[in-house]
Amino acid sequence: MHPEDLKPEQFSGYPPEARKLALEYLETFRRLPLSFLPNLLREVIEFDFKFPVERRLLEKELAQLRSLSQPDLGVWFREFTEIRLSESLEKSNWIASPAQFVEQLSAHLWATHQMDAFRHAALGYADKLRAAVAPEPPASARFGIAVIGQGVDDAPGPLFRKLRPYGAYFNAVNPENGLRQLLEAVAARANSNPAPYGHWYIDGGEPLPHSSRVTCVSYKAMEPVRAALLARIHAETQKTGMGPEALRTVMAQLRPVDLNMAPTGDPVLNRFQIKLLTEGSGTQIFSTSFVQWAAREALRRAEPLTLLARFAPRQRQKPMHELLSPGPEQVRLDPVGSVVDADMGAYYNWVNQQRLPGSEKSLFLAWFESHREAVAISPTLPRGTVSTETIDLRGILSWMT
Amino acid sequence: MRAIATHLDSGFAVSYTSLAELLVAVHAPFRMANHRARPCVATDPRELARQLAFTRREFLRSAAKVALGSGLLPAGSRAFRATSPSKRKVIVITFGGGARDQETFAPEGRENIPHLLGELAPQSAFFTQVVNRGILGHYVATASLATGVYETINNFASLPPESPTVFEYFRKELKRPASDAWVVAPSNGFNRIGESSHRSFGPGWGAQVILPKYLLGTATSGQGDYGHLLRDSYETPLYAPELSGNIFELEQLEAILKVSVDDFRAHALTLSSPDELSVYIARQLMRQFAPSLLWVTLHDIDIAHAGAYSLYLEGIRRTDRLAAELWKAIQGEPEYAGKCTLFILPDFGRDSDEDAGGNGFQHHRTGDVISRTTWMMALGPGIREGVVYDRPVASIDLVPTLGSLMGFTASLSRGKPITEIL
Repeated sequence: MHPEDLKPEQFSGYPPEARKLALEYLETFRRLPLSFLPNLLREVIEFDFKFPVERRLLEKELAQLRSLSQPDLGVWFREFTEIRLSESLEKSNWIASPAQFVEQLSAHLWATHQMDAFRHAALGYADKLRAAVAPEPPASARFGIAVIGQGVDDAPGPLFRKLRPYGAYFNAVNPENGLRQLLEAVAARANSNPAPYGHWYIDGGEPLPHSSRVTCVSYKAMEPVRAALLARIHAETQKTGMGPEALRTVMAQLRPVDLNMAPTGDPVLNRFQIKLLTEGSGTQIFSTSFVQWAAREALRRAEPLTLLARFAPRQRQKPMHELLSPGPEQVRLDPVGSVVDADMGAYYNWVNQQRLPGSEKSLFLAWFESHREAVAISPTLPRGTVSTETIDLRGILSWMT
Repeated sequence: MRAIATHLDSGFAVSYTSLAELLVAVHAPFRMANHRARPCVATDPRELARQLAFTRREFLRSAAKVALGSGLLPAGSRAFRATSPSKRKVIVITFGGGARDQETFAPEGRENIPHLLGELAPQSAFFTQVVNRGILGHYVATASLATGVYETINNFASLPPESPTVFEYFRKELKRPASDAWVVAPSNGFNRIGESSHRSFGPGWGAQVILPKYLLGTATSGQGDYGHLLRDSYETPLYAPELSGNIFELEQLEAILKVSVDDFRAHALTLSSPDELSVYIARQLMRQFAPSLLWVTLHDIDIAHAGAYSLYLEGIRRTDRLAAELWKAIQGEPEYAGKCTLFILPDFGRDSDEDAGGNGFQHHRTGDVISRTTWMMALGPGIREGVVYDRPVASIDLVPTLGSLMGFTASLSRGKPITEIL
């Protein structure tokens, strides 16, 4: 099956809005090379479950592709057309299952030493697209907050070493009511710039009370889903013939209802949360990995104006001798290791925020929960400086804006 | 061939594929060029690799006081070069799972590798630009290291390498017994690494492979939280591929290695990680057989796939310590002291923080320059000490180098001998 032979009925299995979108751009799809098109369809088929920003970006991308003349298309996709595909790839059902095609294409590219060529082609495409479709500036400066170190008296080493060069380090923060002040700041931003999925609160434990205008994801709330997922994985791995690829296919097809999520919930958010567990690594077992990956995916996909990520202690990794000694089953936590995880996670949250439009104006605050250390990054604050002034978080927030 | 690389980097049984990660960067707002945190100095991969090697070199010169090497400089001891290759021994340690410079060979990473930096680097010839152009999955990449050919076998299936392994070249050409070449590997997935499917070599000419975790599973009869430990690899922790081929079984532990099952089990209870168990087995092998060719694949660092930075750092520190312990053991064993060359190298690196297609230290999915450009240390008699070379060499150059060192021809390898250490 080649793209030029596409027919409308082949999209009948797509969700309603995705199908409508696909049919609208069917003629455009027919002009694209097979090494590229399924990757695009992989996005299209998820259209019904995408965040508003993602939808707009995908629609702009499609519109841009439709506007290209044939010579322009030749320029945009020359490197993709030079990718050699296998017969089995060409014969696969890439229309109905584009994600599986992408997996198989990945294997093919590695095996035929074409991964570097594909990578070059893909990045070239991204550059052209970015030049043609201007990114959407945020309605106001983005604000990321990372709270780390819950339950720890002393950090195992200097904190925020990676963030300090980009902002002001505070070592005399008054921690009193710190979390409340931060949540109030998030709520205030949500009130002044209301937008669906525009303001997020991610917690590695049980979430604190927060504004209803804030999208909340928490490790604690996902506990039954995680348990259902692990049970499902265990059951699948017992089946004859099951292997990593087959399991991945099963996991990719899991719906929120398959993992005991309430069918009445927000379908977009439910899908997002399921993907955190089925596509993330370590998110099912370590709360620190969950928070970092959830923040990364929320930033990448929803492009929020505000994101508060609060890390919590993850379970402890047992050393080998404990694994071999049967004992009462109990989950023990590793607060100190979790601070190290979260410190790096905070840095990654900032890095990921900086990848979004408007990065030159964006703000970022990282705080050692219940302690006196914080680092604030803002155009209004000098980089690489240290403040010894006693100040509370509200005061730091006011300095940042 | 379908499955070759689709799960190269699973941290928990499922994952994005490498390609999918890249496409995330293409079809989503994360753009590499938007990342302003650290300006990109160069975009050409070769130039990036050269810069990386240069930075590594300068760090080593400063931190380990090593000198800049040159291909014009002769190799080390003439006396050793006069030694018959047939008496030489080689141990290869893969610095398993891969680590990035910022956690190792850089000012902010030096605290994690005190042994490599303070003890081993000053005694070694250090290559700062070892490029892996193959598939970045641990089994297939290790197979590529062991064959000198970029293998394309399924990373997650129980398959032998398609090209002859270094063990087969060594044993067939030099007519060495089976007891002279061994592999100690972390997981079931590596059980076929000792012997290729190549028709000119294959059955009977490979290395014996010991899988310590597999032995431990048998020894403990699944008691304790063994299922968790058995987690076959951090890439696909829920799958332990079916074993096939010649497997070193528990009964052989006592008969061959002279370790009772009780002692083995008791010792395992004192250890904190599978890599410690691998080093314990390697030392038993050295005492019992003094094999001329011993390959130890370490793997603890790959816990990084679970996303916990602290555990990744712990893995690096442990591997650093274990590498030094093995070097010390070499000096302490009469069969090895003064006769053995030790090679330490990662199979590949990990993704950089700068590549939007990845997730920093967690994986090795993007195929970027950082994840492909690693390093290698060579130590031992005949090797120049305390020198650093930053010219590019390929990871597949290891096998022909071992051939030149030990006196066999790696005829089907695609690599070239590294002249600076011959």
